[in-house]
Amino acid sequence: NQNISWAISGTECELQKPNMTENGLGNRVLNMDTMNPNVKRVEYAVRGPIVQRALQIEKELKEGVEKPFTEVIKANIGDAHAMGQKPITFLRQVVALCTYPDLLEDDKFPEDAKNRARRILQACGGGSIGAYSASPGIEIIRQDVAKYIEKRDGGIPSDPDSIYLSTGASDAIVTMLKLLTSGEGKNRTGVMISIPQYPLYSAALAELAAVQISYYLDEDKCWSLDVNELRRAVKAAREHCNPRALCIINPGNPTGQVQSRQCIEDVIRFAAEEHLFLMADEVYQDNVYAEGCQFHSFKKVLFEMGPEYSSVVELVSFHSTSKCFMGECGFRGGYMEVVNMDPEVKLQLTKLVSVRLCPPIPGQALLDLVVNPPQPDEPSYATFIKERTANLDILAEKAKMTEQVLNTVPGIHCNPVQGAMYTFPRLSLPEKAINAAKEKGQAPDMFYCMKLLEETGICLVPGSGFGQRDGTYHFRMTILPATEKLKVVLEKIREFHKRFTEEFS
Amino acid sequence: MSLLCLREICRKMRSIKQTELEPLVRRANQIRTEVTQGGRKPCKDVIDVSWGDKHRGGVQPLTFVRQVLAACLYPQLIHSYKLPGDVRQRVQSLLGACDGGSVGSYTPTGGISYIQCSVSNFISRRDGGVPSSPENIFMTSGSQRSIMQVLNMLADFHNQASLPTGVLTAVPTYSSFKMMLQRLGAAVVPYYLDEEQCWAMEVEELRRALQASKGVCNTVALYVINPGNPTGHVQSRKCIEKVIRFAAEERLFLMADEVYQESVFGEGSEFVSYKKVLSEMGPPLSHTVELASFHSASKGFMGECGLRGGYVELVNLDPAVMRYAYTLFSTDICAPVTGQLALELMANPPRPGDPSYPVYAQETQSIRAMLVHNMSWVPEFLNNIPGISCQPMMGGAFVFPRLYLPQAAIEKAKVVGMQPDLWYCKRLLEEAGVCVGPGCEYGQKEGTHHIRLCVMTPVETMEEVLKRLKNFHLHFLKEFS
Repeated sequence: NQNISWAISGTECELQKPNMTENGLGNRVLNMDTMNPNVKRVEYAVRGPIVQRALQIEKELKEGVEKPFTEVIKANIGDAHAMGQKPITFLRQVVALCTYPDLLEDDKFPEDAKNRARRILQACGGGSIGAYSASPGIEIIRQDVAKYIEKRDGGIPSDPDSIYLSTGASDAIVTMLKLLTSGEGKNRTGVMISIPQYPLYSAALAELAAVQISYYLDEDKCWSLDVNELRRAVKAAREHCNPRALCIINPGNPTGQVQSRQCIEDVIRFAAEEHLFLMADEVYQDNVYAEGCQFHSFKKVLFEMGPEYSSVVELVSFHSTSKCFMGECGFRGGYMEVVNMDPEVKLQLTKLVSVRLCPPIPGQALLDLVVNPPQPDEPSYATFIKERTANLDILAEKAKMTEQVLNTVPGIHCNPVQGAMYTFPRLSLPEKAINAAKEKGQAPDMFYCMKLLEETGICLVPGSGFGQRDGTYHFRMTILPATEKLKVVLEKIREFHKRFTEEFS
Repeated sequence: MSLLCLREICRKMRSIKQTELEPLVRRANQIRTEVTQGGRKPCKDVIDVSWGDKHRGGVQPLTFVRQVLAACLYPQLIHSYKLPGDVRQRVQSLLGACDGGSVGSYTPTGGISYIQCSVSNFISRRDGGVPSSPENIFMTSGSQRSIMQVLNMLADFHNQASLPTGVLTAVPTYSSFKMMLQRLGAAVVPYYLDEEQCWAMEVEELRRALQASKGVCNTVALYVINPGNPTGHVQSRKCIEKVIRFAAEERLFLMADEVYQESVFGEGSEFVSYKKVLSEMGPPLSHTVELASFHSASKGFMGECGLRGGYVELVNLDPAVMRYAYTLFSTDICAPVTGQLALELMANPPRPGDPSYPVYAQETQSIRAMLVHNMSWVPEFLNNIPGISCQPMMGGAFVFPRLYLPQAAIEKAKVVGMQPDLWYCKRLLEEAGVCVGPGCEYGQKEGTHHIRLCVMTPVETMEEVLKRLKNFHLHFLKEFS
């Protein structure tokens, strides 16, 4: 690893092994004993060992090492652009105009893009996206986000002061968990999170030394949420911690389930009864494919349940620029909206976010365009709608195709991909394979995925990284590769699974 | 009754001291709005020199940087707009290094490999050939994020049973760092910089501070800012060697915040990095002292604070710890790509012979001239105001002059319930339309008062600020004589 030379576009960068790090370890100040013990418990499967191996293989391919495949297909992370999805023209035009305002004189940019850019620049310090903004984000953008939420939720008011822009949704999620975590011993904050879940939650809880309270989604019922299971989990948890929050990802990651309205109401009622702070991760809100499924925002449902709930239940909702039709992960744009938060606590939250200065301005600008897109009477509207619709339609097709193909493979069972960007199929693994994995000290689905990677170049994340019922095995694959490539990937998985089953029969 | 009420918020959270600057800045914005709406105010506008933010102060972004960024964001520009050849080349290389050819993709945890390489080459060149390894470099959303992650690794801040973890921190120091420590439940172990010696750092003072912390907290790290914030001090090589030796003797993790390294213009001053000095001190120190060096695209000629591009270079860390560092940084997924691009351009600016070089050279020269001028003239001007003294400025972004406030003024501030220098700043804002940082925000010796002003500001603006400050100060002295 230390002796790889990196030749990229003619620029050579020798990875020298500096003498400074060669020395024996001995008496490091920061060693495994003195390091924050909570950090040791942090795992993040989406960037875990299998991904690191995939990156290594990629380097080997570049160096000309022979492999049974010519490229690594990174179906491990929800990154649409990496898999070939094109950016939305309007979004990039406006951010480019904000970046290099000389372009405002160029007649090749449409007027509506220029107007948006001028408006954003006026709200930036010194008229530049290079200036810090206020910690919660640029004021007019928070206002635009509030308007978007109001429109989306059929007129239910949204207060810009309750909106905090963030560096991706992750930043906001971790901030809220930080705010919620307190107490010692039996009084330590417990946070409910689904199994399976997006491992940022478990990682953050480990880092904060909060208690993770797992509630199981029902695989047999298309990964739906059963309030009885929530009740079971919280009751058991009260023995050893102080449950204070309930996290729910809707549409789900990795499972893709889209919660029914009834279910959302049940969850809200449960949160009210059990006195829990609701955290609704809604970053996939535009990614809904299955017939009969519809996105309902937690806030909207809460307010439609009337003041008995809407004036009492504390809720925070998260959104981001990384998913939906935009797929602008690299911009790290996002926001959270807090509802019914105690004003004094809100002051604390405001103080907490100021520690990180401000979210990146290009991400804030991009978010502004997502919530304030071209209107029907504007020049960019037609292209915008065409691109947006195409992106979402293609995802819907791929969701369907993935489910169909995987379900034809004996030993793989795939629930419908109702929304989001992933499939989380269940694998039947032969006993021999499970034993082989155990001998290697690997989770069986990690063993499976590693072998898949080595033989086909396809990088998936084993289900053990997300949580699953004991004795079950899964992998998470994105539905993002281009359609033709996705077909090939699914075929290769089918072939691999057959080989694997035969090898370990 | 709300579920989440104040008493349930972790004590550590509540203990984070609210910054005094934020309300001042908010008030500055308010006044600005009132003035533009025609409200009658003593001042005709508000000049805010409280931020370390070039663009906010009126300095223009660098053309080359913005052209490359814009074309990376909207690649159609490469073909449709007249961009210099080197801009086009850079954009093509950079987009080639992005997954799917888009800056909208996530990048690897430490950043785009191509850029990690550029940064490590930059570090090596800067340090006269001292090797640097790309895999020890993590790009993050501003240097603040990597500082936070390093602090996170250093100790268990949540464990109530043992002594709190302590970090040696200069007085004065910018407030965000102290807020970070408070947020993590760590203790600030203050060491005083010597104002009379141009805000120098003395190892004896470090020793005293460390000794005083014994039994109170478990001090594991030493945080230095060079060039200083808010002080403008640039450490000599000798001083750095002494600090490194002290850290080695006392088994402290060294955190060197070097974000102002491009801004060194005081006569006789020179920036030398902690890493370079460490390496040149030879074994065993060069192999064993653990060091985290921080840098960013926010403070140099580029001044791109809003793009949030920072990095940390981790030196001599335990490889087992590095694996956990990687996982920890992974939970952020990656730094904003626009920030990473900014770091690339900082590491590899246009060179003589490149088409963009003439404009780049002219723009940076103009910024340099502004800084050289301000750094010598501002302290001198301030020193000539009765009741204000200012140390010479060697580098960095700020001056931190001392105010000798009349006793009557100090009493009045007590009555109002404010720190005297905060109260001074409020009045300065309301009456003269100038926003500066109050010394109490950064820390200072008991009984002394200061203000902080950013000198990365166009000369005309600086002149106007000091003119207003002088007028205000003289009136203030008269009022309380």
